[in-house]
Amino acid sequence: MQLNDLLNHTSEWLKGTGPHSDIVISSRIRLARNLNKFPFPHWAEKKQSEEVSGVVEAAMQKNDALKNTTCFKLADMDNVDKQFLVERHLMSMEHAQKTDSKAIIIDDEETVALMINEEDHLRLQVMQSGFNLFEAWNIINKIDDALAKELSFAFLADWGYLTACPTNTGTGMRGSVMLHLPALVMTRQINRVLAAIAKLSFATRGLFGEGTQAAGNFFQISNQVSLGHSEDEIIDNINGLIRQIIEQENQAREAMLSKNRALLEDRVNRSFGILKSAYIITSEETIELLSMVRLGCDLGIVNKCMDRSHINELFLITQPAHLQKLENKKLTSQERDVKRAELIRSKLKI
Amino acid sequence: MLCDVCGKNPATVHLTEIINEQMTELHLCETCAQAKSQEMEQQFGLGDLLAGLVESDKAGSSAEKEGLALKCPNCKLTYVDFKKIGRLGCGECYTTFKKYLGPLLKRIHGSGQHLGKSPLKMARVLKKKIDAQDLRSKLQKAIEMEEFEEAARIRDQIRELERKEQDAA
Repeated sequence: MQLNDLLNHTSEWLKGTGPHSDIVISSRIRLARNLNKFPFPHWAEKKQSEEVSGVVEAAMQKNDALKNTTCFKLADMDNVDKQFLVERHLMSMEHAQKTDSKAIIIDDEETVALMINEEDHLRLQVMQSGFNLFEAWNIINKIDDALAKELSFAFLADWGYLTACPTNTGTGMRGSVMLHLPALVMTRQINRVLAAIAKLSFATRGLFGEGTQAAGNFFQISNQVSLGHSEDEIIDNINGLIRQIIEQENQAREAMLSKNRALLEDRVNRSFGILKSAYIITSEETIELLSMVRLGCDLGIVNKCMDRSHINELFLITQPAHLQKLENKKLTSQERDVKRAELIRSKLKI
Repeated sequence: MLCDVCGKNPATVHLTEIINEQMTELHLCETCAQAKSQEMEQQFGLGDLLAGLVESDKAGSSAEKEGLALKCPNCKLTYVDFKKIGRLGCGECYTTFKKYLGPLLKRIHGSGQHLGKSPLKMARVLKKKIDAQDLRSKLQKAIEMEEFEEAARIRDQIRELERKEQDAA
C-alpha cells in the first residue's frame, strides 16, 4: 500500500455505520506496551530505538491476527504526509515530531494502526465506526495476544503493563468515543454534561485529539484511569456514560424539533447555503457548518439529504493536509481556503 | 508584515506574552508559530504536573532524600530525572523506585492493583505445553531404554499435568 492509496479510501471511523452512528462517530481502543529491558523511547539511544523498531516490525509481520499491513518510516515522510496521517486519526501529533527511529504500521482497512517509538515502544490502536468499543477491544486483544507470543513486554503482576508515563500504567488502555453533540451545545447544556464527565474521571478532547478544541460540536471522551480495573470494566464504564450522553443529546434534539423547529431549519439550511456558495472558507468554518448539515440530515430537515458517509468524508478531505494531497502540491493557508471552497461546492452540487 | 523569527514568510499568528509585567508582541508565520507552541508546551507539560504530585508527597523527609539518590541499574535514570521529566526510563525503573511510585500510582488511579489482562497467562499456557512435550519425549526415551519404573513415574507426571489443565479449563 502507498500512502496516496488512502486518499481514495474511506477511513473506518468515517464510514458513518455501526450502532448509534447518528451521534457516535467512532469508537477507538489503544494499548500502550513496552519491551522488557529496553529504555523507553524518550530515554533510549538512537541505536536502541532502532533495535526496538526492527524487533517490533518483525513481530508485526508474524502476527497471525493481522493481514495486509504496511510499515512507514516517519523519517522518510514530509510534513504533509505526517499531517495527513494525523488528520486520518491514524497517528498522534506527538508521533509526527522528532521522527528518528519512529515508524507506523497501518492495515489496508485503516482499522488497525501501530505507532512504534511514540511515548511508549508500542501504541496499538483499533478504530470502529459508530458505538462499538467491545468490538474494537475484541480485535485489539487478539493482536496484542499474538504480539505477546513474539515480544516480551515490560510487566509486573501488581502494576500491569509498565509505561513511560505512570498515567498509563496498568492495562495501558484508553478507550475513546467520538461524539457529535450539536443539540446539547445549542441548548447550552453541554457545560453541565462536560463538568459531570470530568467529575467521573473521564477526559474530553476535540476532534483532532489532545490539545485541540471541541470544534464543530465534536467531543472525544475517554477513560483517565488505567490501573485497578479490568479492560472489560473500563469499557463498561465508558459505555454506561456514553449511553447517558446519547440519551441527553436525543432529548435535546427532540426538544428543539418540537419547540424551535423554525430556528433549527434556519440554521441548518443557512449552513448548507454558505457551504454551497462560498468561494473562500477556513477549515474551522467548514467544520462548524458541516456539523449543522450533519444534524439536519440526521433529523431529516435538509431539503436535499446527503448520505452520512459523504458528509463525514467532507470533514476529512477539507483538512489542510488532505487538500494538499488532493492538489498534489503545497498550498498556503490562503490558497487552501480557496481550494477548500471549490472542493465543497463541487461535492455539494445538486 | 513578515514573521519576526524567520523574516521570510508573512506573519499570520500574533502572540502577546506577558513576563514580569513586561509585554512583548510576536508576529509569526505558521511554521515558526508551530515551533513556538511546541516550545511552550515543553516548558510546562505533564511532566511538571506529575513531578508536582511526587513533590507534594514526601517533600523534605529523610525518605525522600534517600530516594533521590536512587538510580535504575538498567537504564541509569535517577529519581531526580524522573521528578524533572515526569517519565520513567524503562520497565525496571518501576522496581527500582517501587517504594515511591506506589503512592503516586494510587494517587493517579485511585488503586495500586492491576486487574486487567496479563501476558503471563499466555506464557504459562505456553510453558505447560512445552513441559508436556518435554515429558513425552522423556517418556519415549525411558521406554526405549527399558527403564519402566522411570517411565511409569513420567507417565504419572503427564497425567497430573493434563488433569490440572482440565481443571483450569
